[in-house]
Amino acid sequence: MTMRLWKIFGGLKLAGHKTMSMEDATEATPLPKILTLPLKQHIGHAAEAIVNVGDKVLKGQMIAAAKDYVSTPIHASSSGTVIAIEERPVPHPSGKTTDCIVIETDGEDKWIERVENANYRQLDASALRNIIRDSGIVGLGGAGFPSFIKLNPGPGNMVDTLILNGAECEPYITCDAMLMQEHGRKIIDGLNIMRHALQVERCIIAVEDNKRAAHTMLVNALQEHEAEYIDVVQIPTLYPAGGEKQLIKTLTGKEVPSNGLPINIGIVCHNVATAAAVADAVLEGKPLISRYVTVTGEGIEHPRNLDVLIGTPLNEIIELCGKRSEANQYIIGGPMMGFEIADTNIPVIKTCNCILIQNKKTEAEFVMPCIRCGQCAAVCPAQLLPQQLYWYARAKNFDKTQDYNLFDCIECGCCTYVCPSHIPLVQYYRFAKTEIWAQEQEKKSSDIARQRHEFRQFRMERKKAENEERKRQKKELLKKVSGKKDSADDAKKAAIKEAMERVKAKREAQSAIAKNTDNLTEKQKKEIAEIEARRKKAKEEN
Amino acid sequence: MLATILAIATLAIIFGLILGFAAIRFKVEGDPIVDKIDAVLPQTQCGQCTYPGCRPYAEAIANGEAQINQCPPGGEAVIHELADLLGVDPLPLNEEHGEHTEKTVVYIDEQICIGCTLCIQACPVDAIAGAAKLMHTVIEDECTGCDLCIPVCPVDCIYVKPVTETINTWKWPLPEVNQPTLKDLLDLKHIKQEQQS
Amino acid sequence: MSSIHSSPYIKTNENVTRMMLAVIFALIPGTLVYIHFFGWGVMINILIAIITALACEIGILKIRQRPIKPFIYDGTAVLTAILLALALPTLAPWWLAALGAAFAIIIAKHLYGGMGYNPFNPAMVGYAMLLIAFPKEMTAWIAAETHGLTFLNTLNFSLFNTLPDGISYDALTMATPLDTIKTQLSLGYTLDEVHSSHSSLFGNLAGYGWEWINIMFLIGGLVLIFIKVISWHIPVAVLGSLSIMAMLFNFADSGSYAPVSFHLFGGAAMLGAFFIATDPVTAAASTKGRLIYGAGIGILIYVIRTWGGYPDAIAFSVLLMNMAVPMIDYYYKPTVFGATGKS
Repeated sequence: MTMRLWKIFGGLKLAGHKTMSMEDATEATPLPKILTLPLKQHIGHAAEAIVNVGDKVLKGQMIAAAKDYVSTPIHASSSGTVIAIEERPVPHPSGKTTDCIVIETDGEDKWIERVENANYRQLDASALRNIIRDSGIVGLGGAGFPSFIKLNPGPGNMVDTLILNGAECEPYITCDAMLMQEHGRKIIDGLNIMRHALQVERCIIAVEDNKRAAHTMLVNALQEHEAEYIDVVQIPTLYPAGGEKQLIKTLTGKEVPSNGLPINIGIVCHNVATAAAVADAVLEGKPLISRYVTVTGEGIEHPRNLDVLIGTPLNEIIELCGKRSEANQYIIGGPMMGFEIADTNIPVIKTCNCILIQNKKTEAEFVMPCIRCGQCAAVCPAQLLPQQLYWYARAKNFDKTQDYNLFDCIECGCCTYVCPSHIPLVQYYRFAKTEIWAQEQEKKSSDIARQRHEFRQFRMERKKAENEERKRQKKELLKKVSGKKDSADDAKKAAIKEAMERVKAKREAQSAIAKNTDNLTEKQKKEIAEIEARRKKAKEEN
Repeated sequence: MLATILAIATLAIIFGLILGFAAIRFKVEGDPIVDKIDAVLPQTQCGQCTYPGCRPYAEAIANGEAQINQCPPGGEAVIHELADLLGVDPLPLNEEHGEHTEKTVVYIDEQICIGCTLCIQACPVDAIAGAAKLMHTVIEDECTGCDLCIPVCPVDCIYVKPVTETINTWKWPLPEVNQPTLKDLLDLKHIKQEQQS
Repeated sequence: MSSIHSSPYIKTNENVTRMMLAVIFALIPGTLVYIHFFGWGVMINILIAIITALACEIGILKIRQRPIKPFIYDGTAVLTAILLALALPTLAPWWLAALGAAFAIIIAKHLYGGMGYNPFNPAMVGYAMLLIAFPKEMTAWIAAETHGLTFLNTLNFSLFNTLPDGISYDALTMATPLDTIKTQLSLGYTLDEVHSSHSSLFGNLAGYGWEWINIMFLIGGLVLIFIKVISWHIPVAVLGSLSIMAMLFNFADSGSYAPVSFHLFGGAAMLGAFFIATDPVTAAASTKGRLIYGAGIGILIYVIRTWGGYPDAIAFSVLLMNMAVPMIDYYYKPTVFGATGKS
């Protein structure tokens, strides 16, 4: 059916390179020996391991639980033994490592007991969301945002449209196209489940008009009553029509507010693969443990789509498709928004939708100065001024970049594609964004440091004050005690003094009494002498 | 002639009155500038600016006693922010106070630590946990890299290490652009002179 | 600085050299018609200007320690030289073209930072400098289809200032149609009187010979818009505002003000609108800004032509609007996607 479509500003018509990987049906890859499952394959907090080294796990068993609200659990993609929980290299532009659970498969591929909810309509929305959360489902379009959050309208938000994004506008990637061709009914089942969770009426599935087969399959898979509320729409092939904000504009004419979310205008948008995963999870109790990956590029002998278990080493699936000898550039994702990796010994994670291998001729590209031609602004789908963002990001004037709405940039790469001076514009914006986030982080830490410093100063003051107080009290006490001691001494001293004076007085008194031997007359002296002589004589005779 | 002088004098008086009135009536009560300056500084509390902490430095800048380019941990970013805040021209970092280096933290070699608590007393943000005669450990998340604990340790058991970059703290690098700026050319000249001498 | 390269990993084949080459090719029809009407002088000027411009560019890149090859091969110096030479009179001595080109490249372009950083259009700066410093040499225009001046004669004159016997300098040189109209109108004659007294100077639309040159430049410019090397905003704004001004004044007093066709196809109007004003480095960046920029140029062209001191006004109009570009860019920003909604 023909629905009214709106035009988006900017965008590019790019060569699709899609037919090369759509010639064969999707195959499942053989079971790998080792599965490496990073604890963070999504936006938000990393999951926390709930198994230990040496534990035996079954296929679909939860091995890491979600932490905090914005987080998702991780499940074992096959049965086996946990041989390590340690840092391993993961798909990331930095090439760094992160914590992973490594499982050695035992070849049996034994499932855990699954809970199938064919009557999901009896469940209430929140129970449904919990099932989706516990199944580890994240946005499979490449962003990896936990899907259950986007199935919660939140208090006070009315959702009137649910959109499934089957646009897949980036060149080379065809995994969504193949999924729509091969499992169209599952996608519609998933759509119905999401619709029930969101309590929304109208649904749209958008497919670019270069995917005729996918569109036909989806239309045919619709049941009669479903066609009343589901529109399967073909949108003009343009890069990046599949960007969430651009798709919403194309289908509804509404613009998601700058720095806002689609829920603010009553719209929720999910990828078709996410819908298929939701159907698997709710109807068959299968958590997210595998996904379609496109292996393509000039450096691949046999480009095609594979159904890959999460955690499978990338080099194994590249081997399966045959790598050409001149291949030297490995890109995860598409040529416009993917990232280059140096080492293919990394696992496929939930957000890997494509591995693109090219034969890049190494030539150092000379970057000319910006000639202000304005072609970048003419193609920017977010209607920004890439030129000004470039000047300010290069000058590290981050405040000004935010004035020019840096964070509205979806990093689609259209500006860099058209720049005649070959300036790596998107890298400047990515640099600016990460610098701004780092600065915000530093500001937070410095605020904490300031608080700690102030508290320390307060603590020192307090300690000092306490010391002073104690000293003062001690001094007071001492004073009181030493005061008593003095008066006792005084009394004693006074007593002694009195006694001594008495004695002295006595002595004086004694001396004051005239002694009869003093002041003797001559006659008296003669008589005393005679008496003395007689005494002496008497003594001698005795 | 007299009329002209009178006319201009009258105009001057009128405009002066208007300006004076506006200055009083529309006066803006701003936040204390010291708080604003302190909010910009990195709170390393290292003392490299010659003031005992970030707050005293902020006060000195507000009083006009200190220049805005004395903070090595803050680097160019802080100098520019201060220049914007105060409405002055940004200056290059005053190298006498130190170089702007990568953010570092310290760690204590526990085999050597004797538990003297001198480092605990020195740390301006209380980032070292420990007590007398017990093990001392640096709480890495709180360490600001001010290095004030290093000189006081009697057994030199505190070492500096760069903050490890994880996948979450990794930043996109500035793209290589093969046009040298004036600074690059001056550096090149400097290097050539060094090579010749 | 590291070797991590971000996406996208595919690029357009377009580069600065291809853009400059496209502009140069679009100039060829107009230049050929110019040579047809006014002789070889313009060819000689172009050659001298290109050689001087490239030599100066190489010299100054060496002094500035910049890589030489990419900046020479990008074609911007050549384009500047050609535009400058097209603005010079046919009987200009060789040193006029050389001096103009050297001034344009060294002072107007590199002293401000080189390609991409100059605020003023280098060719117009060179032209303005010559006009002000050497007014006599800059009036050495000749009549259309002057016979008797061969290539060698012109070269001889350009280099050695000697003319073949029988031809005098004063007899050769004459005012351009624009110049004639300006002086005659200021003397009080009406347009009809000027047309009848100087009928050999005027063709159907504008000055004889000049109208064809302008038509050819118009075609070249339209081709450039079609292949998306330049956008339509600036030429449409320049010509639009020039036409509106001319229409208004011509309507008010058709005897004293030249009609629209004269302004659009006279002088260097088309060259200015499609090739000079559209120089991306010195023009406004946003589309709204470009419309304002172009409109300003158009209005200034009319004003200077009618009431100003010079017969042709492209150079000064462009330079004056170049001055206004930073302010235009500051005020005219496009609305960001989603700016109208609540956040």
